[in-house]
Amino acid sequence: MVLNAYRLPVGTWVDSAVDWMTDNLEWLFDAVSAFLKALIDGLESGLLWPSALVVVAIVAVLAYIAKGWRFSLLTAASFAVIAMMGLWDEAMSTLSLVLVASSVALLVGIPLGIIAARSDRFSSMLRPVLDLMQTMPSLVYLIPAIVFFGIGKVPGVVATVVFALPPAARLTELGLRQVDPEVVEAGEAFGATPMKILTRVQVPLALPTIMAGVNQVIMLALSMVVIAGMVGAGGLGAVIFRGVTRLDVGLGFEGGLGVVIMAVFLDRITAAFGDRANKRVSH
Amino acid sequence: MSAVEVRDVYKVFGAKADAAVKMLKAGKTREEVAEATNTVPAVIDASFTIERGEIFVVMGLSGSGKSTLVRCLNLMHPPTSGSVLIDGQDLMSLTPAELREVRSEKISMVFQHFGLFPHRTVLENAAWGLEVRKVPEAERRERAAEALGLVGLAGWADSYPGELSGGMQQRVGLARALATDADVLLMDEAFSALDPLIRSEMQEQLVSLQQDLEKTIVFITHDLNEAMFLGDRIAIMKAGRIVQLGTTEEILRAPADDYVRAFVQDVDRSRVLTASAVMEEPVAMILRREGPSAALREMRLRQTSGLMVVDERKRLVGAATDDDVVRMIRSGADKLEHLMTADEVAQVGPDTPLVDCLIPSAESRLPLAVVDDDRTLLGVIPRVTLLNVLGGNDTNGAECSPDETSAEGGAAVTTAATDGEAVS
Repeated sequence: MVLNAYRLPVGTWVDSAVDWMTDNLEWLFDAVSAFLKALIDGLESGLLWPSALVVVAIVAVLAYIAKGWRFSLLTAASFAVIAMMGLWDEAMSTLSLVLVASSVALLVGIPLGIIAARSDRFSSMLRPVLDLMQTMPSLVYLIPAIVFFGIGKVPGVVATVVFALPPAARLTELGLRQVDPEVVEAGEAFGATPMKILTRVQVPLALPTIMAGVNQVIMLALSMVVIAGMVGAGGLGAVIFRGVTRLDVGLGFEGGLGVVIMAVFLDRITAAFGDRANKRVSH
Repeated sequence: MSAVEVRDVYKVFGAKADAAVKMLKAGKTREEVAEATNTVPAVIDASFTIERGEIFVVMGLSGSGKSTLVRCLNLMHPPTSGSVLIDGQDLMSLTPAELREVRSEKISMVFQHFGLFPHRTVLENAAWGLEVRKVPEAERRERAAEALGLVGLAGWADSYPGELSGGMQQRVGLARALATDADVLLMDEAFSALDPLIRSEMQEQLVSLQQDLEKTIVFITHDLNEAMFLGDRIAIMKAGRIVQLGTTEEILRAPADDYVRAFVQDVDRSRVLTASAVMEEPVAMILRREGPSAALREMRLRQTSGLMVVDERKRLVGAATDDDVVRMIRSGADKLEHLMTADEVAQVGPDTPLVDCLIPSAESRLPLAVVDDDRTLLGVIPRVTLLNVLGGNDTNGAECSPDETSAEGGAAVTTAATDGEAVS
């Protein structure tokens, strides 16, 4: 076979790129690492500082604001279950990882989506990158993340950001492009600046779609954080990973149940805010 | 200084737009240029001026370039070549910030599908232009509310556009455009998305608003009926070029080519033509002081059975029929008296659309009198003339052209006719 004659050294190329980056961009990785670590640790100790009861009360209130009494009660009960399984610290660790990773993914992804909505060229360059980020098996991201950031929470968060970012950019772009062009023209025809049109017309009208993106980012982040447990990111991921390696079904299930509870809570909360945005727009 | 001046404007979409303009200027056809340069020439060599207070209509089918042309006027589509002057100011020479200022202060726009902001209330929509201009909130609300009042939406300020019917939504669009006090109003197929009934209601409202506001309006439409009902002058576009520019009468009487002629055939003349456009010189007419014998002589001479009676200043004082005159002569009267009074004579104003002339004409034995606000007799419309014109006969202007009346300017149609549409 002709195609066998030459071995394409893609892996070698990637290796040398990674080597070069470790040699020359160490300062950058160190800075990012320190920043993310401070953020995660700060949030985690903030969540662990009060008694678990206080945190349960807070999430119950959030749930009430988002969806009302029934969901609030369900949330309080399920978070209590996490605490009673003895997984509270791990759950809070996971929650802080998810929140930090999602925030970073949104902070990067939404502006990318905005630029992509305004420039067809940028959009066509961004699309394959996002495709790659989304389809590459998520475990693969862990390898360079460890190389750059060592073991611990930071590589977990970085890999999570890469994996969870695409929907933020994609749905922001989609939402902005779906805004009726005549409405944008109406903004323009009265002499509004591009910034004013973006903030007062396009983003408000695209908000339901952008919120769907936020929801997806958080869900993806949660699923990735579990995988990140393998590289020492701790939290519920570590519990599950322990369960897998020891073939301890009970432990694995407890960890898994914790993840499900978090997922339901985060999903319903963000979806409720998305619905609210939708109602404002579709009078 | 004209309100809007468009000079040699070309707008070509595509990478090689400049080359395409050069070819067009060299006399190549649109198809040749499009083929050779892979561009879309949307507007080709448009030049016209629009005077203050005029309703200028651009009419054409979809793809004729009319919507592109109107967007050239506020540079939403900057012309590829040529210039656009608003109040004598060349827009092409402005910086983006200066252009935004012009858009927020001098030109406003109404859109085909309204272009309202669904997430803002009706009042906030109407206030958009003022908000852009950073007018303080209280003043903004007041002026927006005023504009809503003008279009008849006073009670709807806190509703959302989605809660309103199509016609009401477009009123919000109109209020948004009026709130900025811009002199020039661009209306891109503003009524095309509305139901026919709502549509003619909106047309009439626009005309009556225009009487008070005297904006300079550029109205885009694909409907010649609408064009002729609203327009002081009409530019008809085909494949990017303006093929004819003129008043309603000019276009009806002398369509520039077969394309225009095809449109003209479908026009509802009763609605777009006005009394002044078809009226004739009053020949069967007599001064009041001349007496019954003179009237009788005049009737025999003209072979008619009725005369308009006017005073020395040509003001209508009444009408005399043959029965009246014969009775007066028998009774030995030497003055024209016991006539049909001026109020009893069927009469219309010069701007009355022909559709509103039909009933008065049908109910009167005499030709319809066309009088101005002082009751000065401008002309008459014999029933046969009315039928002839409405029958689509283009030759109406041939021998009895109402020359001096149509010269004064066309088809500023109003439905607010003089209130003397009294039927005898």
